[in-house]
Amino acid sequence: MLVKLSARGLRALSETSRAPFVARITETPALPEAARSKLLLLLSGEASDFPPGFRGYLLRQAARPLAPKDTYLLGADHTYLRDGDVVRIDPVRGTVSALYRANSRSNTFLVTERCDNFCVMCSQPPKDHDDGWLVDDIERAIPLISPDATEIGITGGEPALLGERLVRLLVLLREHLPRTGVHVLSNGRRFSDAGFARAVGDVRHPDLMIGIPLYSDLAEEHDYVVQAKGAFDETVRGILNLKRRRVRVELRFVIHRETVERMPEFARFVAKNLTFLDHVALMGLEHVGFARTNLEALWIDPVDYQRPLREAVLTLDRAGMATSIYNHQLCVLDPTLHRFARKSISDWKNVYVEVCQTCRRKEECGGFFTSSAVKRSRGISPYG
Amino acid sequence: MARAVFHPRSAYAPSAGYRLLPLRFGRLDEHAYIVTNDVGEYVRLARDELVAFLERRLDSDTSVYKALKSRHFLYENDSSVAFDLLALKYRSRAERVAAFTGLHIFVVTLRCDHSCQYCQVSRQSEDSTAFDMTVEHADKALDLVFRSPNEHIKIELQGGEPLLNFPLVCHIVERARKLNEDHRRDLQFVITSNLSRLSDDVLSFCKEHGVYLSTSLDGPADLHDGQRPTRGGGSHRKTVEGIHRVREVLGLDRISALMTTTPRSLSRVDEIIDEYVRLGFHGIFLRSLSPYGFAARSLVKRYGVEDWLDFYKRGLSHILRINAGGYFLREEFTTILLQKMFSPLGSGYVDLQSPAGVGIGALVYNYDGAVYASDEGRMLAEMGDQTFRLGHLDEHSYEELLTSEALLAPLGETILEGMPMCADCPFLPYCGADPVFHRATQGDAVGHKAFSAFCTKQMGVLRHVIGLLETDAEARDILLRWV
Repeated sequence: MLVKLSARGLRALSETSRAPFVARITETPALPEAARSKLLLLLSGEASDFPPGFRGYLLRQAARPLAPKDTYLLGADHTYLRDGDVVRIDPVRGTVSALYRANSRSNTFLVTERCDNFCVMCSQPPKDHDDGWLVDDIERAIPLISPDATEIGITGGEPALLGERLVRLLVLLREHLPRTGVHVLSNGRRFSDAGFARAVGDVRHPDLMIGIPLYSDLAEEHDYVVQAKGAFDETVRGILNLKRRRVRVELRFVIHRETVERMPEFARFVAKNLTFLDHVALMGLEHVGFARTNLEALWIDPVDYQRPLREAVLTLDRAGMATSIYNHQLCVLDPTLHRFARKSISDWKNVYVEVCQTCRRKEECGGFFTSSAVKRSRGISPYG
Repeated sequence: MARAVFHPRSAYAPSAGYRLLPLRFGRLDEHAYIVTNDVGEYVRLARDELVAFLERRLDSDTSVYKALKSRHFLYENDSSVAFDLLALKYRSRAERVAAFTGLHIFVVTLRCDHSCQYCQVSRQSEDSTAFDMTVEHADKALDLVFRSPNEHIKIELQGGEPLLNFPLVCHIVERARKLNEDHRRDLQFVITSNLSRLSDDVLSFCKEHGVYLSTSLDGPADLHDGQRPTRGGGSHRKTVEGIHRVREVLGLDRISALMTTTPRSLSRVDEIIDEYVRLGFHGIFLRSLSPYGFAARSLVKRYGVEDWLDFYKRGLSHILRINAGGYFLREEFTTILLQKMFSPLGSGYVDLQSPAGVGIGALVYNYDGAVYASDEGRMLAEMGDQTFRLGHLDEHSYEELLTSEALLAPLGETILEGMPMCADCPFLPYCGADPVFHRATQGDAVGHKAFSAFCTKQMGVLRHVIGLLETDAEARDILLRWV
């Protein structure tokens, strides 16, 4: 199912709050009144009456008049909402943004759009503006999320630019969601400050992983890909500092024309220097953001890099490192690599194409990004 | 969104010039040179590339330049993280020295029912109990075992034939496990046995206590029986039966075998290897003879290290063919060297450490209560040279034994980085010191490497293996799977 995580089309049916607000959705009208004040009641059938005391009301069907304050009719893009979801309602713009979806395994918080890297294939191009309100919302959302949530991602921009505020966010997650895994996507540079890395380690989050991209064994190659001089040294030092503080670190390598050439040497470098890392992910390109802008320069058909990919994966695997291939369809991968392939694409942007309909391995396969209609490997063909 | 501006590669190129990081270099073969560093990285290069590199005029666009940079042989002003990574790698490799003694060898008896030509420990006949270790000595030795700070302790029960003194084997295993209830180490036992006395009692004891077995298998029956005579004959048959019974009762991985190369083995390496495959082994250690014990007198002079190297190379190529055919079989000596090249922690193999593994890698408690710094040191003592005798269980404390001059002197002398000729050798990170060998052959712990068969063997094997890694892609693929 494709989901538009932030969509307009919300129609107010009564007087509304003026400022945006964050609340959890419930579909249980009979909740004790004392428990209602922070919840949005989602009514699917024909709303005949409105149990009093909820923060607001979301209706799937138009209702009779006399709706209480903050009653809204959901739009066509909002059908995915359900009990347990945490949303941000902007009454003025008429948008509902899902901050957390209860029935998804891939919930991610975008904590800032600022970044000190400027990667040539960035899927989420940075914007240099004050967006502290993003974290304000997330800090409000966390206490509303069910402690049964399996994993939450933190992404940017560069989350570590939040500094001390990132540390506080991790503390908040540990306190409210101690059983929920937290995966932070960071370029690692800020952790070259040993004190900052220590502060993250000192949170003692029970299930934290920091995913950090490294694109070459050579400083100038990495610096070029991330368009930042000196980034390689800072990122590597950041990784070392985090591991010294026993924070789990995953390495992420995006495969494209500018990185593919040294992929085997990169793997050798990682196996030799960074063997203690917790996971290495070798990832196919997502065709959005700058990757789309630069697609002609970056695109290489996965079929054409199976040899170096295989060499890299085997080097890492032989070193005993947990290794995964992300964002690749099984039919474009060398068969010896299938056991490393993961279904890695988040549900809300995951699709299969026409030829996949007859494929007998579709269930095992990670499929495509919605964005990858732009360029597709010539190796795509269904397993009969 | 404003149009994003990206800078070209050249905007991130390092400023001109580079500096060298610590390295050693030397000739690999007639075609190429090799540079290595202290953390075991290497680059193979042509002579003109080496010269250009050392004269700091190597072109940064060449692939050899990039390899040298990636593997930390040079650095540029723009990036200094190489130092952090080198320090980390060096510390990882050196950690083993701080872990201290992991292998503890108990010679529970010198008695043996075999009379092998190459025996290194001067066997005694089966009924002379004067050559058995006493319970008192075993207990004192066990107290020393747990004085070692090492988290991983391996107790090897040796002889002679240790099963001829099985009651003491049982006592040592049971008492060690009892003591370990307090010490909580990762404790492992292995009995080195010819398996002739493998009874149901022995097997059930091994099963109960998780004991491993290691045996000798020299190859096909006629070769094995020829060099491992026993009363009534049939050593090979008994060994093979024993291997099968151990696997049946204890499991496939519970038994390993070792071979020794004699002059008669030299022409038969393929057959020897095939015998291991036939018996379902996935590892074989092509071992050369040691110049100790009976072997020194009777056999060693009958083949030279070059003969063994030729044997090894033919054997390795046969093993590679077997692997290419789909059967996993690794050569253990090669594997040790590959671990030193490719594993961040190197290899723990006691006989190839720097400083030498004597005492700090292994301790030997002899049947008579004497304590030796290595198994070979004990063999040397049987020949009348007490150099590596650290003291006696009745007379010396742990502190006295481990700070004895007999241990400190060879340790101080066998740090490769300070040994004549080793200090400049490109193969240093893949090698180790063998003070007992050099004492036995040249009269002192260091020796002159130009006349050292140990050195010739190491260089020969390393040149051959690195040559394969660098010029034979199929062989490389197989070899790297062994690490």
